[in-house]
Amino acid sequence: MSGVLVVLEQRGGAWNSMSFEALEAGMQLAAKLGTECSAAVVGDGVQSLQWTTAAKPKAVYAVEHALLKDYTSDGFTTALEQLIRKLDPAFVLFPHTYQVRDFAPALATRFKQVLISDVIAIHEGPVFVRQLLQGKLNADYRQTSSGPCFVSVQAGSFRAEAADASAIAMEGFAPELDAAKIRNKPGERFRESAQTVDLTAAPVIVSVGRGIGEQDNIGIVEELATALGAELAASRPICDNGWLPMERQVGSSGQTVSPKLYLAVGISGAIQHLVGMKGSKTVIAINKDENAPIFEVADYGVVGDLFEIVPALTKAVQAAKS
Amino acid sequence: MKIVVAIKQVPERDAQIRVAADGKWIEEDDLNYTINEPDAYALEEALQLKEKNGTGEVIVVCAGPERVQTTLREALAKGADRAIHIEADDLGSRDTLGVAQILADAVKAESPDLILTGLQSDDLGLGQTGVVLAELLGIPHATIIMQVETTGAGLKVKRELEDGWFQHVEMPLPALLTIQSGGNKLRYATLMGIKKAKTKELKTVGAAAATASPAIALERVYLPEKQKKTEMLTGSPDQVAAQIVEKLKFEVRVI
Repeated sequence: MSGVLVVLEQRGGAWNSMSFEALEAGMQLAAKLGTECSAAVVGDGVQSLQWTTAAKPKAVYAVEHALLKDYTSDGFTTALEQLIRKLDPAFVLFPHTYQVRDFAPALATRFKQVLISDVIAIHEGPVFVRQLLQGKLNADYRQTSSGPCFVSVQAGSFRAEAADASAIAMEGFAPELDAAKIRNKPGERFRESAQTVDLTAAPVIVSVGRGIGEQDNIGIVEELATALGAELAASRPICDNGWLPMERQVGSSGQTVSPKLYLAVGISGAIQHLVGMKGSKTVIAINKDENAPIFEVADYGVVGDLFEIVPALTKAVQAAKS
Repeated sequence: MKIVVAIKQVPERDAQIRVAADGKWIEEDDLNYTINEPDAYALEEALQLKEKNGTGEVIVVCAGPERVQTTLREALAKGADRAIHIEADDLGSRDTLGVAQILADAVKAESPDLILTGLQSDDLGLGQTGVVLAELLGIPHATIIMQVETTGAGLKVKRELEDGWFQHVEMPLPALLTIQSGGNKLRYATLMGIKKAKTKELKTVGAAAATASPAIALERVYLPEKQKKTEMLTGSPDQVAAQIVEKLKFEVRVI
């Protein structure tokens, strides 16, 4: 058992860019361990994919089968189980995508292993760092058993260097799959409705989180957004409660934004939210909890009562503009 | 339809977290505990499915020390029919596979049509107990589910994908789903529900001793290091507002 295998993700012939971040993590891990890094991609007709990242793994395996055209947990788990048994890697890395979250724990279980999920850093050991308690703490995890160590890598934790598209020689791997054993029947992907709010292009965003307490209080944040000429956005719980429409959600399940200014009001900063706003140029955070993880990524922080600070700020912005 | 909902008790979100002296977990003594929020959505989905179908049973199951019984009682007060407490004081030394195994042992005896759980826990957030449980039981699963419909042959569920995309997936029963927040509105327990809960069955079963040593270990917990040098702005609300406006004018240049 040796080497690092990184399972890349594609859909319909397009790479999921998080794949190459996971590949970068895999290359770095392999270099630290003095071993080699390989990659695999699962699907149907994936051998013609163009390589668009600078990293050059030792080998890239195209795990291909007609039954792998559409993602199913049963199909992907069985196919990758066969590849991993053949290659016998010491580490298997994945991007922490929704698809990986669906099948990788089952795949690890087949090897009597546990997936170390949404890893944000890899230290000597190797020690895998991930967050606990909505980002309030970091934790070091280490594999304690033999057998492949399964790890998924959180978005934005490793930087992949892009390269011009070039052909890559892939080694084919044909798994044995039985249509009768694929129990889920996936439908077409769809969006609920045409999105009318494009937060991705907004230069200024004022975003509100759980700290606002109740729906009636959102007005004070809205007034600040209006004063700044900003788009109003929110973290997931606000949209879950129906206080703002889902299309105003920033985060891994919402929109990914990169404004000049991201003003986070009452947002603690769980990793799912940080993933969506990490491209912001300047982050200002207002939160009553001085240990809130949002302060780890903020340029300017205010610890205090948003119900006092936000109205004062709105007034000051209005005065400055007039 | 017989539905088992696997729930977890976790520290309340607002809890002030302190690292324990040995640096391996958090100080638990003065923490308040509550139901893991995604699991609350799983329970809500189960209760609504039962109400829609007009028949069936909702059983909540939770592993942990004695204190988890308060969370099970809350679930009973919201409308679950009965509860199973898997008594285990050593959850911290079991990995996901170990925890999923004791859940599988308890669930197998019930042979439910459907198992629901939240997509991840608010404390560890590994997001895999449900999937591992399905794998151990040999049943199909789907994760991050917003809606569940029963069909003649099984289920049709709506999965959330990234960036606002969704997908329907059809699957046979028995099956396991991990539920995403926001698909439903959570209900509160009524006074009548709280009264009724006292008379409902809460069975305690012992967890089998861990048979295998854990595959992974949590070695150390600690406060995250700051990625950025955050400049903290202090003073009265008006003073803070004035400082922010200065930054917005001269540094960020959005005013």
